[in-house]
Amino acid sequence: MADASVGGMDAAPIGGAHDAELYHPRSWVTKYVFSQDAKVIAIQYSVTALTIGLVALVLSWLMRLQLAFPGCFDFITAESYYQYITMHGMSMVVYVLTALFLGGFGNYLIPLMVGARDMVFPYANMLSYWIYLLAVIVLAATFFVPGGPTGAGWTLYPPQAIMSGTPGRDWGIVLMLVSLMLFIAGFTMGGLNYVVTVLQGRARGMTLMRLPLTVWGILTATVMALLAFPALFVGAVMMLFDRLLGTSFFMPAIVEAGTHLRHGGGSPILWQHLFWFFGHPEVYIVALPAFGIVSDLISTHARKNIFGYRMMVWAIVVIGALSFAVWGHHMYVSGMNPTFGFFFATTTLIIAVPTAIKVYNWVLTLWRGDIHLTVPMLFALGFIVTFVNGGLTGLFLGNVVVDVPLSGTMFVVAHFHMVMGVAPILVVFGGIYHWYPKVTGRMTNDVLGKLHFWVTFLGAYAIFFPMHYLGLMGVPRRYYELGEMAFVPPSAATLNVFITVAALVVGVAQLVFVFNLVWSLFRGTPAGGNPWRATTLEWQTPQTPPAHGNWGGSLPVVYRWAYDYSVPGADQDFLPQNQPPAARTVPA
Amino acid sequence: MPVALVLVAVALGSVLFHVLSPWWFTPIASNWQYIDGTIIVTFWITGIAFTAVVLFMAYCILRFRHQDGRRAAYEPESKRLEWWLGAITAVGVAAMLAPGLAVWGQFVTVPSGASEFEAVGQQWQWSFRLPGPGGRLGTSDARFISAENPLGLNPGDPNGRDNVLIVADDLHLPVGRPVKALLRSVDVVHNFYVPEFRAKMDLMPGLVSYFWFTPTRIGTFEILCAGFCGVGHPQMRGNIVIEPEADYRAWLQKQQSFAQSSPQGQASNAR
Repeated sequence: MADASVGGMDAAPIGGAHDAELYHPRSWVTKYVFSQDAKVIAIQYSVTALTIGLVALVLSWLMRLQLAFPGCFDFITAESYYQYITMHGMSMVVYVLTALFLGGFGNYLIPLMVGARDMVFPYANMLSYWIYLLAVIVLAATFFVPGGPTGAGWTLYPPQAIMSGTPGRDWGIVLMLVSLMLFIAGFTMGGLNYVVTVLQGRARGMTLMRLPLTVWGILTATVMALLAFPALFVGAVMMLFDRLLGTSFFMPAIVEAGTHLRHGGGSPILWQHLFWFFGHPEVYIVALPAFGIVSDLISTHARKNIFGYRMMVWAIVVIGALSFAVWGHHMYVSGMNPTFGFFFATTTLIIAVPTAIKVYNWVLTLWRGDIHLTVPMLFALGFIVTFVNGGLTGLFLGNVVVDVPLSGTMFVVAHFHMVMGVAPILVVFGGIYHWYPKVTGRMTNDVLGKLHFWVTFLGAYAIFFPMHYLGLMGVPRRYYELGEMAFVPPSAATLNVFITVAALVVGVAQLVFVFNLVWSLFRGTPAGGNPWRATTLEWQTPQTPPAHGNWGGSLPVVYRWAYDYSVPGADQDFLPQNQPPAARTVPA
Repeated sequence: MPVALVLVAVALGSVLFHVLSPWWFTPIASNWQYIDGTIIVTFWITGIAFTAVVLFMAYCILRFRHQDGRRAAYEPESKRLEWWLGAITAVGVAAMLAPGLAVWGQFVTVPSGASEFEAVGQQWQWSFRLPGPGGRLGTSDARFISAENPLGLNPGDPNGRDNVLIVADDLHLPVGRPVKALLRSVDVVHNFYVPEFRAKMDLMPGLVSYFWFTPTRIGTFEILCAGFCGVGHPQMRGNIVIEPEADYRAWLQKQQSFAQSSPQGQASNAR
């Protein structure tokens, strides 16, 4: 069944990058702080992003406390509540998930998986991290400026975002926009690196159709981000001008509390188009790397080739392309011409087909596999459940007329948390447990890992599954307090308490994860070079953790695709990508 | 074994929650029962897909869990299977999209006999305007807003003189008659949302948006703002009273027109 057209197993290695001159660090500072080694940059990105993630987690606790026990916490005012939701959302989507998948996993895995010594532009790569860090510092600074951070909601809809009825109108929104612009500038430096490295830095024999799906996911997501983020960038520039210079890009004639503002002629809906032209691809910028990573986790831990590799690659590319034609589904009830609804509903539901094929191929990879229920595998399984659940509720919201009653309700909150919150974060965890042995040379603790998985997976499901039904009932989102609503039965308050308790428990479980990472760094069992017996190149490095330059004396040569698990007739149940087809050339 | 069991519990538990939990649509009070129908079709299709995928995973884990000597099958792809699954998915998607688009076609087509009313949003209250005996709403712009002209009617437009203004009070509508809601905001984005009507739409400053519905049930319904509009967002409530035609007429008689309530309206009257 060794289909040569799939793996190109027997093809002679051709092409590939020439060995490159590396920048060598001369001091501790250039080795560990201002490092140009993608692996160090990856760790810097990941630690920074996970730290913000913990802040965003605490913010989510605060808002859940308010929703379950309104009026019990004096320090949670309406202003601060809206600041929490805004900072939680923006932090998680941009500064945590985008940074983790592309800056973290991308930096660590791309050079190793394609067989390069480093990113092709190491200096720009280093700058990318430091500009990202600056963006994070500016974002964090908004907590300490007069008026605090912006409370405009993560979508920052004008005119409200720059008017005085919204918290953080003075400083918060300005710094938020500046921080986003910095993030985009920093990301562009990293993003160009990832794309060029994948296209130009591959080892001899590493054809595009032999790339692990992790690399395909990250590559496609990066191309998308390079195309989508500029829309947000120009939107941010325009809104800064509106706020600081008095222009009216997004500001029509407005009367605020009886006073005519000095604006006129602008269009708030223009911001929504720009924002969602970025915002919808952003969902897939987070999802596609997760798709790629989870494919590799499932294949490795089920000891079976990923099912339908070529279809998986095409699905990633098609989803990436289609996601630029669906942004209007965030605006069905915005007052844009309603006939757009026919177009955007159709494009949105078409995306379900390649996405469903990916899901089928994941579960068909499990079928007739040799399933090892390791911690990374458990997280991958949790991903499939939550992603399928969240993806299917997307069929409600994408189908324009069904979106009408549900938009703006807790159903939307439940949907996007399940599909682009919980599901990708489970992949982040799975990926960290999977590659931690390569990064540190030590295994994480299995018992703690399983505890972390079960509480996080079941807890997160218990938070977000019932939440859909609040929205179905009509409970609106972004309400500091529900107050009296005739159509909301008292039992909804009980459900809110249940959700909050689950959120607190899931939050505490993340301390188990942090403890596991730190403890295993010193006490973990030594991992060896390839503890999961995986095929991809990062597990075949001469040293673990890989040294600067990754490959020692000579670059690897690739002879096969990334998924030669359980090949009939082979001695062991995996054949590394750089293993020559020697056994097959020896005459019987 | 335990992992497979938990997955089965997640799948069946979700279905049971859906069937048994007390949380469901609030009873409908408009003509948009088609929307509820489309949602129920979607629940069936997605529910079957979710349960099938999770149960299949549980089966695989039970059946193909690692044991000594087990070796996975080597099967790079099966075009036939992939195309079949893709085709079945496409059918399922079409089964949701087709009724969805058909209902959307109705949603965007306002019946010719529909009467009009206007809802005006501002931080953080609702106001309304109804056509007077002349039957037309006059033009408006946020620029015209003043203490005497809180909804910004165009003083030069004679069509506005007889318009009935309801500032920060309840709106009444007759039962069983289709209405077109024209939506306008004088400051930020709001959203006109009555859960019992199912339909909702943003009030986008700078333009007039619309949707239509036919109230089918007598009663008082709460209007919520479903578009985040600043710190007072949760307090932005209003009421809409659906009543028999005769009661509605009696109520309408008691309301003041633009000309009656504002010197600006009179000025335009005199012209």
